[in-house]
Amino acid sequence: MKDINILMIGVGGQGTVLSSDIVCDVALAGDADVKKSEIHGMAQRGGSVVSHVRIGDKVLSPVIPVGEANIVISFENMEFLRYPEYAGKETSLVVNKYRIYPPSVAGGQETYPSEQTEETKIAFKEVFEIDAMTTATGLGNSKVAGMVMLGKLAALLPFDAEIWRSVISKKVPPKTIDVNLAAFNAGYQF
Amino acid sequence: MKEVLSGNEAFARGAYEYGVKVVSSYPGTPSTEITEHVAQYEQIYSEWATNEKVALETVIGASLAGRRAMTCMKHVGLNVAADPLMTVSYTGVNGGLVIVVADDPNMFSSQNEQDSRHYARLAKVPMLEPADSQEAKDFIGVALDMSEKYCTPVLVRSCTRISHSKSVVKIKPRNTPPVFEPENDIKKWVMVPANARVRHKVVENRLERLSDCADTGRLTLNPVEFRSEEIGIICAGVTYHYVKEAMPEASILKLEMVYPICFEKVKRFAEKVQKLYVVEELDRFIENELKAAGIEVQPLNRSVCGELSVDEVRKLFGKEVKEPAFDPKQLPARPPNMCPGCSHRGMFYAIAKLKLFAAGDIGCYTLGLLPPLSAINSTVCMGASIPMAHGLDKATEGAMARKSVAVIGDSTFFHTGINGLLNSVYNAGTSTVIILDNRITGMTGHQPNPGTGCTIKGTPTQRINFPKLLEAMGVKNIRTVNPFDPDECIKVLKEETAKEELSVIVTDKPCIFADRSVIRPPFFVDVNNCSGCTICTRLGCPAILWNKEEKRAFIDETLCTGCELCVKVCRFDAIHQRK
Ligand SMILES: Cc1ncc(C[n+]2csc(CCOP(=O)(O)OP(=O)(O)O)c2C)c(N)n1
Ligand code: SF4
Ligand code: SF4
Repeated sequence: MKDINILMIGVGGQGTVLSSDIVCDVALAGDADVKKSEIHGMAQRGGSVVSHVRIGDKVLSPVIPVGEANIVISFENMEFLRYPEYAGKETSLVVNKYRIYPPSVAGGQETYPSEQTEETKIAFKEVFEIDAMTTATGLGNSKVAGMVMLGKLAALLPFDAEIWRSVISKKVPPKTIDVNLAAFNAGYQF
Repeated sequence: MKEVLSGNEAFARGAYEYGVKVVSSYPGTPSTEITEHVAQYEQIYSEWATNEKVALETVIGASLAGRRAMTCMKHVGLNVAADPLMTVSYTGVNGGLVIVVADDPNMFSSQNEQDSRHYARLAKVPMLEPADSQEAKDFIGVALDMSEKYCTPVLVRSCTRISHSKSVVKIKPRNTPPVFEPENDIKKWVMVPANARVRHKVVENRLERLSDCADTGRLTLNPVEFRSEEIGIICAGVTYHYVKEAMPEASILKLEMVYPICFEKVKRFAEKVQKLYVVEELDRFIENELKAAGIEVQPLNRSVCGELSVDEVRKLFGKEVKEPAFDPKQLPARPPNMCPGCSHRGMFYAIAKLKLFAAGDIGCYTLGLLPPLSAINSTVCMGASIPMAHGLDKATEGAMARKSVAVIGDSTFFHTGINGLLNSVYNAGTSTVIILDNRITGMTGHQPNPGTGCTIKGTPTQRINFPKLLEAMGVKNIRTVNPFDPDECIKVLKEETAKEELSVIVTDKPCIFADRSVIRPPFFVDVNNCSGCTICTRLGCPAILWNKEEKRAFIDETLCTGCELCVKVCRFDAIHQRK
């Protein structure tokens, strides 16, 4: 299969780690080789979290080389701006419209980089903007916003939706399977 | 069966499959999850030790008893465990003994960037270095076999990109663990000079046999991939994958045992290639070993700081690296911060108010260094706060002790802080020590410790009573304060720093992850009462925000944990709880 590099970016507490774990298990179930590397902040919430996921016949480095991400998925609206080195001219961007204000923005010292976010989107081959939070709250659980994002990612990857659904059912808390699958389906059809 | 496992899960799985009986560790990023995963296996006795030295000594005992044993720690943890390491090299082992040490190139979560490979040479023990999760698991087995066969502790080196990366691993059942008779051998196990002189020769002889590396267990170590004759690259660990991806045309010798180096193998490889290079992360360890052995290595303009990557390797060999799609941006940062409701915040607010010099330590509370609190003035290593405050005191004949405090967390106090305090008591220090007891090891992901009341498996156990402990140690001034009451903190701090005697102040409120029942309905700012004084924003609580236009504070109720700290500092009765 063609190598696929996915850079998954979010803010601590958004579920990016679980999401990237799911991508790994889906890839394995889909008979691919997969590696993931992760830098998560410390025990506290709110820091930037980034996972590199690489899928292929045989994956070497667990970290994506400069410019070689095929897909950048940003669980927060501006976070993808922090990792300019991984996107290239052929990269797709999946971005959540939802904003989480950094402390200095929330505190009024700085402004949210809305313009930069808009301008930078041009650098990507294609951009999918997902209103994951609205969809999730519509489903009655804001915590499944990440699963909406994952649904969109799934639609861009060469694995059967059934594989995704079965991996998700195993990975999320049993009581939340239904709402997570609903969120996944919504994202898949976005 | 295949699973995608992190390096840390794979190390734990290795301990399980290869029959480890005892694991004792102290948490430290990026090694912590190994022992957390081990704790899920019933067949292995596991524990959080009070520090890395205690952990290593515990597994030395387990090895002496004839069982396979393992300890895991971060790189700086090995400094603490260095004393037993140097001499267990001499005694050797009975049951297989493995020490997993995880380095942190780039310091994602560490206070320094030391390269643990030097410890292998210093202690004269072998060190293996896996390149992915499969090898992480396999090498625990190789290390245990090697340990028993050569009667040596074996170091296994990890790094953040191994421990926190995932890759596919073949899962197997647990082997029947080998069991040896406990050893009672005074000449081997009692390291008095007469015995140690004999053992030193054993150690040197062992190193020689190991570097022959004729056979080192079930795996053939140090494989060669022969491609071009032009370039040969020697590498190890995760760097192997960077090299292979960046230089697919090069011949590679992958050193799986990074110490002692099998020079014969290296020489044979060197003869077959025109130019020999070493690509390694951090110090020039392999390179210097080879040069000392008279092997010609081509120079590379490589930094010994930070991580390598596919691109860094490409650059080293003059290859092109792709252009990023867009330029780096100046962005509002997301710095780590103490959580909303963190029981450390109030005390730092008080320290900042009194402008005390705070000799700090390592834990979530180190984040007290950040603005707006800016209330940590030194951090060196775990346990350093109390002795450093003692040094400030003695150097200035008590003058600085009136204007400073030592700040230390509960886990850090048990780790090495307690020794420092004993020293201050003994030597009539007059400093003021604050123990921030939040009943958990917060920074590394909330592991229980002797002050928690339960073990790694969640079994109830003795819980250390701080006031009683301090009293028994001979501390005369012991105060317990509520850190959510800044006025009380300020008052107690003033009183205790003024005394020309040693004082210990203990805060007694849990981390929000140690006791979820402390989380209560959120607070909100009543804009009619808020005067815009900004005092609550000076707490640095992530839930307290500032509305620039209206010049009023407001609270993000999805973040607020209802700790009430801001209510205590607000002078205008503007902060109220949602019912
Ligand atoms: C020698 C050594 N071992 C382990 C670590 C990793 N480490 C950093 S802080 C910390 C524990 C902090 O716990 P505690 O003192 O209870 O403070 P808290 O984080 O709960 O505020 C540990 C284990 C280290 N830095 N140095
Ligand atoms: S994890 Fe606990 S100790 Fe650490 S910042 Fe959060 S509340 Fe404080
Ligand atoms: S009560 Fe105040 S200080 Fe405590 S978490 Fe809520 S906003 Fe922060």
